[in-house]
Amino acid sequence: MSSAEWQLVGFSLRMALASLLLILPVGLALAWWLARKDWRGKALVETLVSLPLVLPPVVTGLVLLQLFGRRGPVGSWLHTTFNYDVVFTWRAVVLALATMSLPLFVRAARTAFEEVEVKFEQIARTLGAGEWRIFFTITLPLARRGVLAGVLLAFARSLGEFGATIMVAGNIPGRTTTLPVAIYEAVQADEDNHAWVLAMVSAGVAFAAVYASEKLSRRR
Amino acid sequence: MKNKIPVAILSSLFALQLHAAQVTVFAAASLNESLKQIAADYEKTSGDKIIFNFAASGTLSRQIEAGAPVDIFFAADETKADALEKKGLLVSGTRKSLLGNSLVIVTPTDAAAIHSPSELTNAAVQHIALGEAKTVPCGTYAKAYLEKLQLWLAVEPKVVPCESVRAVLAAVESGNVDAGFVYKTDAAISKKVKVAYEVPAADAPKISYPLALVKDAPQSEAAKRFITYLDSDAASAVFKQFGFIVLSSPPAK
Repeated sequence: MSSAEWQLVGFSLRMALASLLLILPVGLALAWWLARKDWRGKALVETLVSLPLVLPPVVTGLVLLQLFGRRGPVGSWLHTTFNYDVVFTWRAVVLALATMSLPLFVRAARTAFEEVEVKFEQIARTLGAGEWRIFFTITLPLARRGVLAGVLLAFARSLGEFGATIMVAGNIPGRTTTLPVAIYEAVQADEDNHAWVLAMVSAGVAFAAVYASEKLSRRR
Repeated sequence: MKNKIPVAILSSLFALQLHAAQVTVFAAASLNESLKQIAADYEKTSGDKIIFNFAASGTLSRQIEAGAPVDIFFAADETKADALEKKGLLVSGTRKSLLGNSLVIVTPTDAAAIHSPSELTNAAVQHIALGEAKTVPCGTYAKAYLEKLQLWLAVEPKVVPCESVRAVLAAVESGNVDAGFVYKTDAAISKKVKVAYEVPAADAPKISYPLALVKDAPQSEAAKRFITYLDSDAASAVFKQFGFIVLSSPPAK
């Protein structure tokens, strides 16, 4: 592999990790909320969270582009207040990856939380433990396998994301180009060998992540 | 008799194919409106149907290489046709350079004005949309032009490569980039961009649109008829109306 190819792989891994950091707090909160609480409109939140799983990724990308573009409601505010651009920068890559991988993480973590017996949490509560303490010392440790499987799945999904990324982040070599985008680009430019090298790397990482995730979620 | 309906649909499809030829044209994205108008006129008189696939010329040439069922290749860059010709994928003798175009710098209508290419290096210009130089001819031309002006190194970090010239236009229209390189003919069809600078023909690389019959064209006879029509006065008039430079005059036979 050439140094440019290593750089590309490194960049893609960093972006996928950054998106994990972004979805971890949000995803854990959402998963717990969905697993433990009931409220009016819960089905609506469930549907919205899962929507990026089934929507064409370019549609998710389109929505993000409209929101975060320089003339979009969020994007124009960021631009005028902080002179901070999202679209066509690495931030847009992270945003796209996070949006696309959040549902996978939430679904896995939610199932993991639901499998933790509420009994244990209630006992802790009778002993005077606060909700945060219960979560971090009882619920999360007991659900750790499922949560970790979700992390790996989300990570693998991030590395493979194409449609939403190319919509909001484009394809700027060295700055927003991720593995799948580079593969597409290489094929278009008649550089099949380059495409195959990158494809093998993608396949290797994806295989490892899904394999580990399967192992984690099966051994209970 | 469950099969009756699918059979009826299938046979009507075949019947359609027998009467009117469907000519498939893979054409550069910048030809979109002009070719559609020409085809609409042509379909009325010829009875043939023209089907288009508009994309970056480099993308199209890859698709043809991969065996896409195509009759006519109409690119925005001679080198894309050269590559296919070298691989024996174009019918020799059918190729001609039909059109020329010019390169312009466009900005969003509400953006601060740019008056020269050197202003692209200003700090206020953060993102510049360009066709991806390997596959999009407009990007190839723009890169060559900026290299000639020795501005490329300064501009390159700001470049947002797009997958076709129309993607460049869309990026400028959306205001997400500060400027972009498109053809004069693209700028003319958009109300959301303004032409900041027109590259003089003498400074720009020669922009030339080659047209050729593809080898193994499924409808080669009908395709030849359409190629002839594309070189007719009627078609030339439409190309000119959209701002193209018509290169070859109809050959005297």
